[in-house]
Amino acid sequence: MTTISAAEIWGFLEDVKDPEVPVLSVVDLGVVRDVKLREQNKWEVVITPTYSGCPAMQVIEKGIIERLNEEGLEVNVTTVLSPAWTTDWMSEAGREKLRAYGIAPPEDEVDKSVLFAKPTVIPCPNCGSKNTKMVSQFGSTACKAHYKCLNCLEPFDYFKCLR
Amino acid sequence: MTKEEALFTYLLRRADDTLILGHRLSEWCGHGPILEEDIALTNLSLDLIGQCTSYFQYAAQIEGKGRTEDDLAFLRIEKDYVNCLMVEQPNGDFGKTITRQFFYDVYHKLLLEALVNSKDEQLSAIAEKSLKEVKYHLRHSSEWMIRLGDGTEESHERMQNAVDDISRFIDELFYKDQVDEMLIKEGIIPDSADFRAAYDAYVTEVLEEATLQLPEKMWQLSGGRKGVHSEHLGYLLAELQYMQRTYPNMEW
Repeated sequence: MTTISAAEIWGFLEDVKDPEVPVLSVVDLGVVRDVKLREQNKWEVVITPTYSGCPAMQVIEKGIIERLNEEGLEVNVTTVLSPAWTTDWMSEAGREKLRAYGIAPPEDEVDKSVLFAKPTVIPCPNCGSKNTKMVSQFGSTACKAHYKCLNCLEPFDYFKCLR
Repeated sequence: MTKEEALFTYLLRRADDTLILGHRLSEWCGHGPILEEDIALTNLSLDLIGQCTSYFQYAAQIEGKGRTEDDLAFLRIEKDYVNCLMVEQPNGDFGKTITRQFFYDVYHKLLLEALVNSKDEQLSAIAEKSLKEVKYHLRHSSEWMIRLGDGTEESHERMQNAVDDISRFIDELFYKDQVDEMLIKEGIIPDSADFRAAYDAYVTEVLEEATLQLPEKMWQLSGGRKGVHSEHLGYLLAELQYMQRTYPNMEW
């Protein structure tokens, strides 16, 4: 029987996409925290949720199991909460894919406890203009805020910074 | 009472607060005053329901009697729910919902900040995760308190009425009994008295900015932590539990 390395498992996981943001793989997102060999052909994949109530997590878990089963591997997916997920774990490639898809990737943001803080400037993913405006801190999914570009007038999603 | 029994009860109190408040907020779905707020309130709801799932899972594990998180969430009777009275209060108008949220968010954030240091690893992990979300909640409710309190005559009056109403439930947030005492001693939970001053200071700061006032000390209501609820919880549970009671063990 051929031996499969952890690096190859990480490669397979690149095919498992976030169902809500299908250009991002679970690896790009930073949701996969560890890949461990338990015994011959039996792997454990450790994942962490982006947000406590993220409804995509069950689909992601199923996706991981299905993808590795396709390779004839058995897998057990475990979920950990700590350390808590942060957008800092999103890969550079992931950020670029988001932008190309029309979602502004996370930027450094001011402390969330500051009231009426001037929102961080988020460049428009469509035209690149910095003349944009936050419409709402809460968007179409838990991980996104709703913005609009005052230059090209397109509304867009911003993948908000979570730290 | 063993340490496990105390921890189980404490986890249910955390779980029930987040479940009931999350359910209340979900009632806004499709009814928000503007689309953005409809989405915001249901986002908060989703965070809280997610958090309650973590608490319920852990509680079920600690209990070790084969109950699942769904059994705990959907199949207990009213007097077995141990949420505080504040979170079960009806939504009222948008101002009242925001006021209820504000008074709870301030407490929630301070509690989670302290709970991160729990000697119980899983409780600390849930707190660390939840805190990131609750920071957003508090900023959202604080900004609305100020915007509406210091808004028009109409919005100011509605907000002041809401503050008068909801402030009757503040002291209960800091309620302590032998469950808390035991866990505080073990370093598993913080002593809520330690952040009461911070709570009052933050509330005062925002209310001043909002040109609102806490009423003169009025009668404080409590009982939720012991399962003695206001009349509102029964109606809420009737809706919350409907599917599981009507179609036992149904899943989707």
